[in-house]
Amino acid sequence: MTILAKKTLSPLISAKQLTCIREERLLFETLSVDIFAGDIVQIEGANGSGKTSLLRILSGLSQPYEGKVYFQQTNIEDCREQFQQNLLYLGHLAGIKGEMSAEENFSFNTALHGNQNCHHEDYLSCVNLCGFEDSLASHLSAGQHRRIALARLYQSQAAVWILDEPFTAIDKEGVASLEALFVGHAKRGGCVIMTTHQDLMTINSSTIKKVTLDYDYGSMRI
Amino acid sequence: MKNLPYQCNNKELAVEKNNRLPPDTTKLDRIVIIDEQPSYSQAFKLVLTRDLVIALRHKDDFLNPLLFFIIIVTLFPLGVGPDVSILSRIAPGIIWVAALLATLLSLDRLFKSDHLDGSLEQLLLSPQPLFILVLAKITAHWLITGLPLIIIAPLLAVLLHLDERSYSALFLTLLLGTPVLSLLGSIGVALTVGIKKGGVLLSLLVLPLYIPVLIFSTGAIDNAALGLPYSGQLAIIAALFFGSLTLAPFAVAAALKVSTN
Repeated sequence: MTILAKKTLSPLISAKQLTCIREERLLFETLSVDIFAGDIVQIEGANGSGKTSLLRILSGLSQPYEGKVYFQQTNIEDCREQFQQNLLYLGHLAGIKGEMSAEENFSFNTALHGNQNCHHEDYLSCVNLCGFEDSLASHLSAGQHRRIALARLYQSQAAVWILDEPFTAIDKEGVASLEALFVGHAKRGGCVIMTTHQDLMTINSSTIKKVTLDYDYGSMRI
Repeated sequence: MKNLPYQCNNKELAVEKNNRLPPDTTKLDRIVIIDEQPSYSQAFKLVLTRDLVIALRHKDDFLNPLLFFIIIVTLFPLGVGPDVSILSRIAPGIIWVAALLATLLSLDRLFKSDHLDGSLEQLLLSPQPLFILVLAKITAHWLITGLPLIIIAPLLAVLLHLDERSYSALFLTLLLGTPVLSLLGSIGVALTVGIKKGGVLLSLLVLPLYIPVLIFSTGAIDNAALGLPYSGQLAIIAALFFGSLTLAPFAVAAALKVSTN
């Protein structure tokens, strides 16, 4: 185990010269970004500008057209298992099964990522799901659905959090406590990479790194 | 209190419930880079039980192929007529073709629902090796669709006047053959999971791969009816089973990565 120094010089994740093409449309090219432990990175851009594509490339779900992603200076293709142990990715689909209860969903998702036997009730209460542990997820609202997935953040030991629109369908109070959670995670030496259209309320904007995708893709068809 | 990290916003509720406080995550250690060897058997069991639980709650999953199988087989005596000699001659073919189509019908559910609700992404990103998770999903699929067919097939064979010497051959070919159907089919599903309407493509991809199983299984049952040895055909089906058992999970894992790209 390598303990991360307070501000390590080498980036936790770095993307080098990424180019992404979707449906014969160039979304971004030669995009390079270094993300260090303690960073909160917000990816901005209009709808369709490639925010989700970038997150999927950073998490290793999609392959970039060109370029590479490095985790602790190793290509993520070469250290996939180690990278995925230290990664928590929540896509815009929550990954929650309607046929299973909130508790079963949470336990499955945490166990799948290597954490057996944690006290699911405590973590579900963190996201205001006290009393809903045994309800089937399909009977819950969209926000509660999302909260089941977000409960994993309170339990996660992963260093890298990649979150696609984490605040969708979450109420104001929930957003505030999530923001506090992100700050705490960054302070502990993790990093948060997310997309959101909302302005972050409680986090000091100077501490957020912003990556803006504003490539003029309309005129750059290939 | 407001700016503490990891603060839970419903302390009152949590206290009400058995005086349990949310975990005090403020005192958590610094993040360390985890590097542990995950347990394969635990991952396998985890996914297998999840899929079985979902299938038991979503009863369509296993009732639909089973009913389809029963309906096809029972319609044949009505269509062909109750002539014993004709029915017992075509019985192995009917049972196997029905089993094949019933499996094909159920294949779509294998990865589609996981793909639609995003849990496939979570499976792909879990630190466990993907082929273990895939193998667990295929095992669950066989337990849900293949096993009920094996149990009900002897009853339907009675309906078709199958020669009594063929029953053990029918049972053995189904036991070895239906897992092959699940394993080979899963490759097709994995390749088409990203396509919105992949149903037709799936049939075209998978059915040709099913033909060897069909030929050797019905051949074995026919041989048994004539009192001839059928261990040769059985050995070939067993070879198909072990070949696909060892290779299909890797093919599926690779196909899933491509089709979710």
